[in-house]
Amino acid sequence: MALKLQINKLSFVYGNFKALKDVLFEVDRCEFLGVVGPNGSGKSTLLKCIGRILKPEKNAVLIDDCDVTKINLKSLAKVMGYVPQRSESVFPFTVFDIVLMGRKPYIHWTVSDDDCRIAIEALKYLGLEDLATRHFNELSGGEQQKVIIARALAQQPRILLFDEPTTYLDIRHQLEILDLLKHLTTTKQCTVIVAMHDLNLASRYADRILMLKKGSIYALGPPETVLSEENIADVYGIKVHVTRTILGAMQIMPVEPVGTHYRRSEVPIKSPPKQLVGP
Amino acid sequence: MSQISELKKLYSKGKARKLITLFSFFIALVVAAVASVSVGAGSPRLAEAIHVIMAKLFPFLNLAPASRLTQIIILDLRLPRVILAVIAGAALAASGTLMQAALRNPLVSPYILGVSSAAGFGAALFIVLGISTVMFFKSYFIVANAFIFSVVAMLIVYGIARIRGITAESIILAGVAVGYLFSALLSLIQFIAPASDAVRAVVFWLLGGLSTANWSNLTIILPMAFAAIALMMLYSWDLNVLSLGEEAATSLGVNPRSILIASIVLSAWATASIISFTGVIGFVDLISPHIARIVIGSDHRFQLPCSALIGALLLLCADTTARVLLAPAEIPVGIVTSLMGVPFFLYLLMSRRRQIWR
Repeated sequence: MALKLQINKLSFVYGNFKALKDVLFEVDRCEFLGVVGPNGSGKSTLLKCIGRILKPEKNAVLIDDCDVTKINLKSLAKVMGYVPQRSESVFPFTVFDIVLMGRKPYIHWTVSDDDCRIAIEALKYLGLEDLATRHFNELSGGEQQKVIIARALAQQPRILLFDEPTTYLDIRHQLEILDLLKHLTTTKQCTVIVAMHDLNLASRYADRILMLKKGSIYALGPPETVLSEENIADVYGIKVHVTRTILGAMQIMPVEPVGTHYRRSEVPIKSPPKQLVGP
Repeated sequence: MSQISELKKLYSKGKARKLITLFSFFIALVVAAVASVSVGAGSPRLAEAIHVIMAKLFPFLNLAPASRLTQIIILDLRLPRVILAVIAGAALAASGTLMQAALRNPLVSPYILGVSSAAGFGAALFIVLGISTVMFFKSYFIVANAFIFSVVAMLIVYGIARIRGITAESIILAGVAVGYLFSALLSLIQFIAPASDAVRAVVFWLLGGLSTANWSNLTIILPMAFAAIALMMLYSWDLNVLSLGEEAATSLGVNPRSILIASIVLSAWATASIISFTGVIGFVDLISPHIARIVIGSDHRFQLPCSALIGALLLLCADTTARVLLAPAEIPVGIVTSLMGVPFFLYLLMSRRRQIWR
């Protein structure tokens, strides 16, 4: 059921800034693909081009050999979902209203029993049943992110795109949401593409990692080979130690930026006050 | 499984409650309309009013005809005015809802497109300088001018936004600029106008009012406004989806640009078709959507009709008060709308603790 996704020499230009240059790769079915790279390396632009939020060139993004620019938005919304970094609603909507919006590509006017059931199942999958009647804007960031993911699931897509889904979340929510994305690839036959900043989390969850540098692919492959000390030094400009934990998982420890004019050890760090209570 | 049916029940219960709310507002509007027909300068009261309307609506009942004067007062003076108040309030409020939802901004109204200033300029152009954009339909010179300039304002806004990229920001900014342009032109006309009578006429037109109501005007206004409101309803789901941002809308299969364009066209059309006849009536379009959002929530399938009903009710009550309070003199309806609407709105605002917008 999963769909084949090909990115075929994708370039994208904002004004005269080249955000993506000849990006060429294929995504395996039911894969968890982590997209990493420094700020401005084109992660978000790549996801938006795949999700047709930005309009890519002809034949640059192909789903099952079909050009996304030729598919109408509504049909595309039935196979592909996009979750932004953060969502905000100007007007008050309940959580259930928001999740039901995921059925928009299928709904003309009335909400069918099926639409209702699918939306509720998506809510349950995220464990949000108790929040159904709460207002979206009154929830915490983590809960809001889950609601938006539930909405994307209500679209019943085969490909899901996440733009740094855990940036604003605490550690627990980060793990919860990434576990969930992993679960989608293993049990729901979804292909998941996630732009990420946290390299440790990326190495832990992604099947493959796509590393971008200035709009081009720097490396693509399993985390062990892509997230090497040399690659990270070259792409991010920082020195890192890559070690293994006792359990054998990769651990990436940032040490210091490479090539800055000051040394890490010389950066003055505020020492704690010697006496908290006066004499 | 039990939880699924439970949540489903909760959803259909909420839906039923919203439908009941809409129905209650509709009943309130009918009652207010009947009451409004039965008051005002001249003698006919409730019983006579109902009698005359029933006799006209259902001729087969063979009701005894009322006196000629009563018939004229009810059928040709009060009834068209009540109908105009209802349709004007509804169309303005619906336009306001559409603009706020499409531009994702709680502070905008059709006014933001420069529609009102442009209409005022068009009207003044004829009143003061005798310049008309149409050659025929002499009695509709002011109306035609106002309408045409409203459309021109909208086209300018659309053109600017098209060059800059059609987003909520560019439309709001272009609208504000065009609005200022036309109000400057309007002031210029008032400034250079030779006759003080003409200036007074312009001011009177700008204050707005429903005293121009008659059946021949209504045969133009009703179809235009009804068609606009019906078309707006078709966009309810798209507006819902758009409220989480243009990217979110795109990912759900809705092209935000086409919704924005449809929204500015529909609301400018509805607003222009009303204010070209009535003069500038503000406030209803800004405040009704907020009241509706407080009482029925943001789902535009319900919020849009609710807003229209509230707008109709608000303008009808205000206009009735305006013509009854100091009868036979009339207070400009805009003054009454604000004096009545603001306390009601503030009451709702303070009695509900939930966040209404952010």
